[in-house]
Amino acid sequence: MTAFPKLDDAPAAELDVEALDAVMPLAVIIDAAGHIIHAGPTLRKLREGVDLRGCGFFHLFALRRPRSITDFTDLATRGGGALQLQFLDPPATAFKGLAVPLRDGAGLLINLSFGIGAVEALGVYDLTSADFPPTDLTVEMLYLVEANAAVQGELRGHNRRLQGARVVAEEQAHTDMLTGLRNRREMDMVLERYTRSRDRFSLMHVDLDFFKQVNDAHGHAAGDHVLQEVAAILVEETRESDTVVRAGGDEFVLIFYRLTDRDRLARIATRLLRRLEQPIAFGERICRISGSIGIAVSQDYESPDAEQMLRDADMALYVSKNAGRARYCFAGGEALSAMAG
Amino acid sequence: MHGMINRSVQCFLTDTYGREKWDAIAASAGLDFAGFEPMLEYDPILTEAVLQAAAQVLGKPRQMILEDIGTYLVSHENMQMIRRLLRFGGANFVAFLYSLDELPDRARLALPDLDLPALELEETDTASFTLRVRNGPDGFAYVLMGVLRALADDYGALVLLEFDERRGDTETISIQLAETAFSEGRRFDLRRRTG
Repeated sequence: MTAFPKLDDAPAAELDVEALDAVMPLAVIIDAAGHIIHAGPTLRKLREGVDLRGCGFFHLFALRRPRSITDFTDLATRGGGALQLQFLDPPATAFKGLAVPLRDGAGLLINLSFGIGAVEALGVYDLTSADFPPTDLTVEMLYLVEANAAVQGELRGHNRRLQGARVVAEEQAHTDMLTGLRNRREMDMVLERYTRSRDRFSLMHVDLDFFKQVNDAHGHAAGDHVLQEVAAILVEETRESDTVVRAGGDEFVLIFYRLTDRDRLARIATRLLRRLEQPIAFGERICRISGSIGIAVSQDYESPDAEQMLRDADMALYVSKNAGRARYCFAGGEALSAMAG
Repeated sequence: MHGMINRSVQCFLTDTYGREKWDAIAASAGLDFAGFEPMLEYDPILTEAVLQAAAQVLGKPRQMILEDIGTYLVSHENMQMIRRLLRFGGANFVAFLYSLDELPDRARLALPDLDLPALELEETDTASFTLRVRNGPDGFAYVLMGVLRALADDYGALVLLEFDERRGDTETISIQLAETAFSEGRRFDLRRRTG
């Protein structure tokens, strides 16, 4: 065993190897020729099956900082100081080091620590808290990392639950968050009310054209803006007593209360489609869309059924779409252009 | 009361007795929400209401429920994180006991607004200890007894625990260490199992 050199003025501070190992289990002592004469027990654990004694220091470690030191003579002449180093062989664990000279140029004592790389190092080696002296804060740091991960996990869970609650709240709400229009849930309730009270009403199914292209070309923010502009147009062109619903992505349903006059509905559809043809500015960008409309009128039914009327308005919408852009069509009728005349 | 504590009580009741029992307890305690959120602060009255309701619905003494909560925190598979964080306290059970004084500080490192009662360990001799819990909620020492029993098991130590008394704001537990290496215990690997 290597005798650790005596200290001149403090004979009480003499250490034997066991004491040194207990205080600095990651330390390494190198003789004047640069050969390892002692390695601490934790360091030995990191290179299991290798006898470190006699091994050249620079055969085991590569020095990362300071870069100017390339061999042991350099290191010894400079008297050590703070070092950053790593194992030459994989796993190339990184260490922080502090090198101090032994008495009479007998060599160097280099104490090592995992530093910030402790988490990574612990993933590779089979270490327990007994491998660190109680004064080393590595284990405390690992504690903090885990505590932090645990708290992050709780926060993630919290956010997930909040998100879930938001989805439920949105489903239960009667308005669409983006446009402020009524949603499907509200639409069903209004239709149910009108059919039950046998009130006259008309349905207009409005579907946007080229909306996907706006999203693709200008991004979702532009798409959202277009939907908000469309919502504003739909609200402006309808009365207080009508219901404007965002029924899906770019699909809208207008419910006209006690309005079943075909000429008036045709005029409204025409105005709507013409306005939808107007370019919408989003910052520097110009978004162009169009629309198609299908209309169902409760007077056309002996006993109006909301689902049937929605289906018929939907069918009429497709007749419009197939006939070209900016067209409207009454259920069972032919598509008419809003742009003609 | 920190939501983490209320949430632990809720998780214990749900994991041990099932969701339906928890719903019954929450209703009986008069909670007007589905569950506690770990990151929110709650009125301590709610914690007590849940404990009272649990005692009533489960037909078990409050103390036993508190001790079971302590055991649950260390030994239930859903609470592995807590077991690990506690085991960072020391390499063996005695070292862990010595680290109890700093448990509130350790808890604060993880959650700055988590206020645990002050703990004070007194060594009567090498194998007997007295643990004082100061300014804790009524019965907090029972939770600690559950934690200590389960952790002793985890470390492989054999201990006898006794709740001594509550005097003023201080609750006392006596700890007798029968054997430090009674069984193998569970290994504590510093590396975290991911997933």
